[in-house]
Amino acid sequence: MNIILGMLPSVLMIVSPIMITAAGGMVSERSGVTNIALEGLMAIGAFSAAAAHVLMESSVPGSVWIALLIGAVVSMLFSVIHAYAAISLNADQTISGTGINLLANGITIFFSQILFSADRTRPYKIGMMPGLFGIYPTAIVAVSVMLIIWFMMYKLPFGLRLRACGEHPDAAASVGINVRGIRYFAVLLSGFLAGLAGGCLVLTETIQFTSNTINGTGFISLAAVSFGRWNPLGVSGASLLFGTAVAFAIYVVNIPALSNMLPAEFFNLLPYIITLLALVVFSGKNYAPAEDGKPYINGAS
Amino acid sequence: MSDSNTIKKQSGFTALLMRSDGAVSVVVVLLGFVFATLLVMLVGRNPAGIYKALLQVLTGFNLNNGKWNIRYVGDFLNYSVPFVLCGFSMAFAGRAGLFNIGGEGQYIIGMTVAQLVALTFPSVSVLHVVTAVLFATLAGAVWGGVVGYLKARFEVSEVVATIMLNYIALYLSRIITIAIPGTNTYKTVNFPETASLRIGFLSNLTNGSALNAGFFLMLVCVLIYWFALEKTNMGFGLRATGFNKEAARAAGIPVISSIVIAMAASGAYAGLGGGIVALGSFRYGRVISGMDNYGFTGIAVALVGNNTAVGTLFAGLLFGLLQAAQPIMQANNIPKEITFIIQGLVVVFISLKTGLRLFLQWNEKRRNNKIAEKASEGGR
Repeated sequence: MNIILGMLPSVLMIVSPIMITAAGGMVSERSGVTNIALEGLMAIGAFSAAAAHVLMESSVPGSVWIALLIGAVVSMLFSVIHAYAAISLNADQTISGTGINLLANGITIFFSQILFSADRTRPYKIGMMPGLFGIYPTAIVAVSVMLIIWFMMYKLPFGLRLRACGEHPDAAASVGINVRGIRYFAVLLSGFLAGLAGGCLVLTETIQFTSNTINGTGFISLAAVSFGRWNPLGVSGASLLFGTAVAFAIYVVNIPALSNMLPAEFFNLLPYIITLLALVVFSGKNYAPAEDGKPYINGAS
Repeated sequence: MSDSNTIKKQSGFTALLMRSDGAVSVVVVLLGFVFATLLVMLVGRNPAGIYKALLQVLTGFNLNNGKWNIRYVGDFLNYSVPFVLCGFSMAFAGRAGLFNIGGEGQYIIGMTVAQLVALTFPSVSVLHVVTAVLFATLAGAVWGGVVGYLKARFEVSEVVATIMLNYIALYLSRIITIAIPGTNTYKTVNFPETASLRIGFLSNLTNGSALNAGFFLMLVCVLIYWFALEKTNMGFGLRATGFNKEAARAAGIPVISSIVIAMAASGAYAGLGGGIVALGSFRYGRVISGMDNYGFTGIAVALVGNNTAVGTLFAGLLFGLLQAAQPIMQANNIPKEITFIIQGLVVVFISLKTGLRLFLQWNEKRRNNKIAEKASEGGR
């Protein structure tokens, strides 16, 4: 019991970025645009936040929060590339997303080299400080983000329109909804949130940005969106599950009974195997937005 | 090409871009270099360093001190091998209309199995390395084939499935490699000589570079790819599935087995790539803590090469060139990550290709309309 309670802050620390990113990914996919670039956008957000924080921490009070905002905005600017390619130019969304992922690999470390003359950002002295019970404020950010997104998607007319764009864009357009505008909003929002999540991750989990900081978290979030069946409750649950599995893999060395029996990597494997199995089990019933990943062409049908 | 008539009327550069995917690839790569050069200038470094490094790797000639060393060329060719093979991994699936992001996982599985066979099988000359490479290829084929089966049978998205399998491969590789006796936290004991792909005369010829028999295996694979896709029934079925799945099904092409075969072949290529890197470039097995990214970059390779045999070969060589030039760029005071930026930009620009074509079409139409207007005015 103590072990589980002791794990709780680190579980929440690891879950938060996954949940924030997945929330954005969900909005984007519900509007009809697959955002495979989440991984790269998180990296860009994490780098920008870490770099901004290092440069500001001694002079600006509250620089953690400003750094988070900077990370989110820079990542949002990058997501414009994906939005423009996928929405305005009808590009293959997987290709433009992959392009951003590759670009992020290069651009983050390139600017680390320019700014700090190393293949990583300079470590900062103090990251984000944990609050009550050792829980980081990012957990509150994550829950609020998910609540706001839920409210937006299911309680506001705008959310209804957004979902219509992902299910049947022609029908949506026929009642006067600006399909492209809404999709732009959704992709930029997912870029903003992925950047915010990247910042949360780097400021809580480590002391600097390196090429290994994100290490698949964006892809886990992408899986959480499918595994959570594209709705806020499911996606939150999936994020919690995946985050716990990741935390457990780190924590398992403290539980000799388990770590002697199974290698730590086994727990790293779990979230991915669960997702794969879930995809097979839930196949047939289609929960995905009908027009997810397909470009919208005016008057195509 | 539905509107080939209008395309014939166009002239010069625009027409070339509309007609030829190869020309678009060349333009896209050049654009990538232009942007990267501008970026380097923007941050106040001298972009000549990029091109000096590329020249040195391509020809072995060092402009800075006038020395010539063919070793750079050997290493560049060796670096290209996994890029080309992972490119074909993507291309094979691409021809069948699938998007194989799983090259990385298939590569890792191939690498892991090659390492395992090299360290556990009896050390018999020639036979040992051949078995290791074969097993690596087979393991990759199984890893890819599973995705094809899930896609064909359960309609599981190959994009999500392959991403999951990449990470499963990564951690599985760690579990397997750590379990081999004598392994510490990052490497195994050295391979026996019989498991190495290196050939003495190749190394001597290139002044001690890591160039090995894998390069020739890769060239054979290029031929096999071309032959299998362009000259066999299986290849035809595969391409038909890629063009239009429903039409292929209606024409009696076994779509399900086409998809499984395409993914298995994809996996085989990436797995072979992993095997060659493990046994050719390294003398010991690695406990990997992250991905080598050959599989991911393979996506870009296939996109630049338009999934054709020759195109993908050249694209792979280009990416190998960039990779091999990294340390020299760093020495020339340019962050080596500029090569990743070039690769990323190239893929982003390729994704804009459809948009570029739409724009050119629209532009052409507008010009034709203007000409027509003028002509009718003149006639009046």
